[in-house]
Amino acid sequence: MKALFDWLDHRTGYRALLQETLDEPVPGGARWRYVWGSTLTFAIFVQFVTGIVLWAAYSPSSQTAWESVYYIQEEMAGGKWLRGIHHYMAQVMTVLLVLHLMQVVIDGAYKAPREVNFWFGMGLLGLVMALSLTGYLLPWDQKGYWATKVATNLIGVVPFVGESLQRIVVGGVDYGHHTLTRFFALHAGVLPALTVGLIAGHIYLFRRHGLTAKKPYKKEKPDRFWPDQIFCDVVACLAVMAAVLVLVAWHGGAVLTAPADPAERYPARPDWYFMFLFQFLKYFEGETLIWGGVIIPTIVFFGLCAMPVIGQRKIGHYANLGFLVLLLVGFAGLTVLAYQEDADNEEFQFAVEVAERDAERVRELAKSPAGIAPVGAAVLLREDPYTQGPRIFASKCASCHTYDGHDGMGRPQKEPSAPDLKGFGSREWLAGFLDPDLIETPKYFFGTKFVEPDEKGKKSRMVEYVHDDLADLSEEAQEQLDKIIAVVSAEAELSSQASLDAVLGEDDLAEGIDLFFGGIAGGGAACGDCHGFDGDESMAARTPDLTGWGSREWTIAFTKNPEHPRFYGSGNDRMPVFEEERIFTDKEIEMVVDWIREEWIRFEGSAVVADEE
Amino acid sequence: MSDDSEPKPKPEPPHSESPDSQEDGNDRRDFLLKASSVCAGCAVAAVPIAAGLRVIADPMTRAEGDGGGVEAPFIPVASVDSLPEDGSPAKFTVRADKSDAWSRFPNQVIGAVFLRRLPSEEGEDRIQAFNVVCPHLGCAIEFRDEPRDYFCPCHNSSFALQDGAQEEGSPSARGMDELQARIEGSGEIAVQFQNFVMGIPDKRPV
Repeated sequence: MKALFDWLDHRTGYRALLQETLDEPVPGGARWRYVWGSTLTFAIFVQFVTGIVLWAAYSPSSQTAWESVYYIQEEMAGGKWLRGIHHYMAQVMTVLLVLHLMQVVIDGAYKAPREVNFWFGMGLLGLVMALSLTGYLLPWDQKGYWATKVATNLIGVVPFVGESLQRIVVGGVDYGHHTLTRFFALHAGVLPALTVGLIAGHIYLFRRHGLTAKKPYKKEKPDRFWPDQIFCDVVACLAVMAAVLVLVAWHGGAVLTAPADPAERYPARPDWYFMFLFQFLKYFEGETLIWGGVIIPTIVFFGLCAMPVIGQRKIGHYANLGFLVLLLVGFAGLTVLAYQEDADNEEFQFAVEVAERDAERVRELAKSPAGIAPVGAAVLLREDPYTQGPRIFASKCASCHTYDGHDGMGRPQKEPSAPDLKGFGSREWLAGFLDPDLIETPKYFFGTKFVEPDEKGKKSRMVEYVHDDLADLSEEAQEQLDKIIAVVSAEAELSSQASLDAVLGEDDLAEGIDLFFGGIAGGGAACGDCHGFDGDESMAARTPDLTGWGSREWTIAFTKNPEHPRFYGSGNDRMPVFEEERIFTDKEIEMVVDWIREEWIRFEGSAVVADEE
Repeated sequence: MSDDSEPKPKPEPPHSESPDSQEDGNDRRDFLLKASSVCAGCAVAAVPIAAGLRVIADPMTRAEGDGGGVEAPFIPVASVDSLPEDGSPAKFTVRADKSDAWSRFPNQVIGAVFLRRLPSEEGEDRIQAFNVVCPHLGCAIEFRDEPRDYFCPCHNSSFALQDGAQEEGSPSARGMDELQARIEGSGEIAVQFQNFVMGIPDKRPV
């Protein structure tokens, strides 16, 4: 064995190199405060290892980026941990860099002859920030997409070259495949190569100039790098790794929001270490944007770079310390302010809730047997009634209707003037409609023309009928009414009511239909005097035909044209003929109807739809 | 090589005999050697760099979107009847075919607009259209009821309902980007949809 190593040493001289590397004296003794550089080297090593493996499973394009990251995270063995480590190590690295910078400045380790090495360090700081920024976009999720858009728009503000530069970085005028391929080339190629180069230079110069030892010396005789300082370094690296693992476990892996969708707004926020800049931008009005977004950050960066020059004198050193403290306080203050403003912003909180629900839902859909089609995962949400129904309802229906008292998305609807559509088609909904105490409430006809008295003081025939003929029913009449309700509601074929409908036998149906046309005990009019049912359309001129009432087909047809003779005809109130107005696409009408009917893909143990069951 | 076979012409009066001129010759040879090495080195290195830069700069020369002096087309967005009577804005998505490098997607949402009725003149409907993209840094603007104005939730820019001008204290350098809108024969509103360069005071199409 020894012969082999001798041979190798003869050919390479590795022993001398190893000895030089390991026997580096540490004047004044090994110390914990010297560990930051080593922890950073370790962090970058971790990023390289995890990054290359992520690379082996990642596919940069707008139809595959989110999808491949989803696959890494949710399907591949250990993927959650791998991506989690890469994600949180990036954040921890930012913290370590700042700590390293603080230690260097406090110890005055930037002074001559170490200026160049300090600048190498500043270059590395810039590179790490660029790596964070480019990496943020790669999963192509809503969060990264919208936050990075703000960042690249900032590039466009730079005079003269900004617009061209932005185009080159984005790979065109708009975000797309080439934004991803370019960001990926930067993130996995250009920036890491530069980082390796600068680190090599940084370490070389550090070794050349030696450690800036903290005085007074702890020991007279210097320690050796190996094993004295390395022991401290390894323990520190262990602590860093443990912190990252705890973060991954705590958060259950790195965040992956819904796939990027240019048509779906998202509360754009950068990651926490850029929040100060986000907050800072709010203070720059109009044309001063370039100051907040470009000039001042550049000045600060070069201000930091000037530290070795300024710090040659003692007073300059104190000025540097003051500047650093000022920056850190500013950073902390702005960060806190940004989070505080967001916490107080209800709209933002609401948007975050929606975004989280979407993220959870798209994971469920992606995991379903149908999986992700080659067109990408964004379509899963775009065509999902559970996701789109409330949005469509809120933007197109909720100016008149409510859903369970809100606008579909959970926000209050102030002035409803049309029925609440939660549970439309169900027995419960119909029973409430036929209740004299409820029909004029905002749940049903409140605010419609059906409850407005005409010149003779009469309301619409339906409302009058409910008040006159359905108040104070005898027990028998109530039972009969319930039978009618059951039969009419069965037309809706709601799956949420399938078990109830299944119990209805031939006799029940026949009896219900008889009662519909014959009327209930206690006299008065029958439903069939005005409404068509069971295929009998004779009455359907100004009243809705109740054949198929509440079914998918019926509700879609109604939404498209409530003025059709099959429905309200000329008796329609203000409900628009959507078929003509083209506010909705057919697909949108179908989705909102499916959502109202609570017909969407469900998954066992789903966290998203648990509250609906 | 063919020269070798022929008798060589008598050399010129020998510079080389003087030690100085010999050094001169060596210097020149040295210089030429270095210069040609540097030139050749730069030339060979320039080939891959130039090839790379040309491709990197591809987006600069590609006529994409509605830039390049081509008039953006009018795209039908909604019917006049679908706008609130009271002059509140409503948001509509704009659909068109969209290209993304090698992919072409038919009928995609390419953006969104706020449309609103203006008080009519001589019984004619007039429509005001704004791009929903915030001219500050590109987030999506919303309409809020209290106070009645446009508001961007990213950096708190607000814009007047009447003309989309930025209100005092807004970070945005210009008002919302108004778009050409016209009512077509069928009562349909068509909008000349365009995006504009963000963050600058002038409104310039991308």
